[in-house]
Amino acid sequence: MAQALADHYVRPHGEDEAELDLIVDGMHCAGCMNKIEKGLGALDGITYVRANLSTKRVAVRWQRRAHIPPITEKLSELGFEAVPYDPQIMGALDEEQGRDLLRATGVAGFAAANVMLLSVSVWSGLVSDMEVETRALFHWISALIALPAVAYAGQPFFKSAFKALKAGHTNMDVPISLAVILSAGMSLVQTITHAEHAYFDASVSLLFFLLIGRYLDVKARSKACSVAQNLLALRAVAANVIMPDGTISAVPVDRLDPGMKISVASGMRLPADGVVLEGVSDIDKSLVTGETVPETAAPGTKVFAGTMNLGAALTVRVTARNDETLLAEIVRLMEAAEQGRAGYVRLADRVSRYYAPAVHALAAATLLLWLALGAGWQTGLINAVAVLIITCPCALALAVPIVQVVATGRLLQRGILVKSSDGLEKLADIDTVFFDKTGTLTEGKPELCNREEILDADLSLAGALAARSKHPLSEAMTRAAAGMPLAEISDLQEHPGLGLSATWRGQEIRLGKKAFALEGLAEAENAQPAHSTNASEFWLSGHGAPCRFLFTDRLRPDAEAIIHALQARGLPVKLLSGDREEIVAATAKRLAITDWQGECTPQQKIAALKAAEADGKRVLMIGDGLNDAPCLKAAYVSMSPASAADISQTAADFIFQGQKLAPVLEAVRIARISRRLVLQNFGLSFAYNAVAIPLAVMGFVTPLIAAVAMSASSLSVIGNALRLNLTRFQER
Amino acid sequence: MEALLFLIPIALGLGLLGLVAFLWSLKTGQYDDLDGAAERILFEDDNEEAPEEPKEK
Repeated sequence: MAQALADHYVRPHGEDEAELDLIVDGMHCAGCMNKIEKGLGALDGITYVRANLSTKRVAVRWQRRAHIPPITEKLSELGFEAVPYDPQIMGALDEEQGRDLLRATGVAGFAAANVMLLSVSVWSGLVSDMEVETRALFHWISALIALPAVAYAGQPFFKSAFKALKAGHTNMDVPISLAVILSAGMSLVQTITHAEHAYFDASVSLLFFLLIGRYLDVKARSKACSVAQNLLALRAVAANVIMPDGTISAVPVDRLDPGMKISVASGMRLPADGVVLEGVSDIDKSLVTGETVPETAAPGTKVFAGTMNLGAALTVRVTARNDETLLAEIVRLMEAAEQGRAGYVRLADRVSRYYAPAVHALAAATLLLWLALGAGWQTGLINAVAVLIITCPCALALAVPIVQVVATGRLLQRGILVKSSDGLEKLADIDTVFFDKTGTLTEGKPELCNREEILDADLSLAGALAARSKHPLSEAMTRAAAGMPLAEISDLQEHPGLGLSATWRGQEIRLGKKAFALEGLAEAENAQPAHSTNASEFWLSGHGAPCRFLFTDRLRPDAEAIIHALQARGLPVKLLSGDREEIVAATAKRLAITDWQGECTPQQKIAALKAAEADGKRVLMIGDGLNDAPCLKAAYVSMSPASAADISQTAADFIFQGQKLAPVLEAVRIARISRRLVLQNFGLSFAYNAVAIPLAVMGFVTPLIAAVAMSASSLSVIGNALRLNLTRFQER
Repeated sequence: MEALLFLIPIALGLGLLGLVAFLWSLKTGQYDDLDGAAERILFEDDNEEAPEEPKEK
């Protein structure tokens, strides 16, 4: 099956080779890499195998003339699950960007080191016996190194600044570019006129520091993104299509056409919307609607992509992907939500909005001041440029990315992926938390909740019936009955969509839906009609009085503690669920959440969010279902568990892994610490400016002072950011 | 002063050498998999092939 899938991702490589990238799950050590490279390398026709442990990906090349080697088959034989991957589709842009930045950093680093070497000689020569000719020679050599380096390594900043100016606003890159270009330009003039001061070293070391910050920023983000991409790609991407001749072949989901017949095995997610043709089964819609109670599907039932088949295999006819499908509706809502969200301006950009004009005004004032005092044009210009160099927001530009890098790394260790670049900043601002219920606060797995009402004998009987069924309620029953001696039964039969039956001491006993278990019994009419609509219950009959088993969705182990901790930190929590009112009410009560809303459609969830935003709230939305996706996109900032629907994970700013909710709290905590550090860093760089600017205006800033001040301020900002690594992980 | 005539070229040459080495290592993809590189040294056979060319995009 995998071969049909792989075709889609194969790219030509060179004249006569084909290339395929695979994401391989479970590759963790040298042994795994070795096994994969050796194993695949031994296959016929394979010319190149390279495993990448950082990205958990493997690149394979083979001769195109040969048949496609059985790559995924070989890998699964070796014990690895592999999924083809297309770097072109999934944003390999970041990788390329990272490499470009690293190259620029290397060039800037080389230039900075060598120009500094010459500058130090000039500085020490100023107080000793250096001749004017020697100094001029040194300046010329510096110029030869620095000018090409600035032209090449400064491009990321120049481009960004140009783009901002063209759009009619300024960003941090405008003063950076201006300072770098002016200092290089002025130094060139100084060099030509054999003057004393050249600022080549300042110009290139500025670039070096800034490029390091920018590279780390890109790197941290692309790492988190690649982990997220791997998670998504490892989901089943193939559908088993039943061909007209009756054979089954695997087809990528995006190549499904309306009218195709697909077979959906037990435990698989439906790859597309469709209508059931054959088979009776239960469908778990929790990821799509948030409803925990499985719905019965029989021929003629409409089923939706993303739902899971719990029971017997189904044959489904794919229906057109028209605008009436649920997915299309969700996508439409998401697009609308996205438009409403734009407009957040990052902290650094907000600062630079004031910073850049202020600095430029200051430089102009300096020039005018010197002219007014009767100095020549040249002196005035030199001092004005010195102001621009000294105020180049090097520390300011490092203040945010360095903290981001450290914080992203910390969160990654805890299984939290930061997907969006402004996510951390926004997370520090939140004042309200909205939770989805199913799959977010709960594990999405049912649990028996009325154990105290049930006799041991009944449970042992029900446990015996349920033991072999894969239905989630049966599995919950088995867990509840674990450790009990099970009753001896025979003739166990599973009735898809209805329940189970068996013989016990000569009687037929039934376990399952009420209508099935109590069929033809007098109790059927008077047994608790209030719950007759609630299908998350099983009835047991045939052994005496019918007995009811109620199930609720099990909460994540630390849900209560985390909700409490969030509330204690002054973050009110609201529950928004697509599940039934009474179930949501019970969950809310258990978690001490007073504000909740059940039976929400995706539209109602968005409406609740908008209402909160209209009140000036900044909402963190945490959800996993398809029905949460529009909300995740619309919210101020959003998170979703790694078990969430693909579309929700794509929409969310953060993804957390694992069974626990603790990462939510940890992320908020780290985000708040990060913001504090960022503000401290801003403080540091402003303090440095407060000292340096008056000196520059008065004309006391020599290249030596500029170099020392700039390095010192950058290093102090970096050191401050690294303090984040010293904070301990929150105790669980 | 004559010393400068050969000392400066030597200094620049060494720096340039470092830069070229760095650019070469970047071009041959040696920074693509830092975790893997740390583990590869544990492979037993010595004739492990280096990647024969940079991966082009």
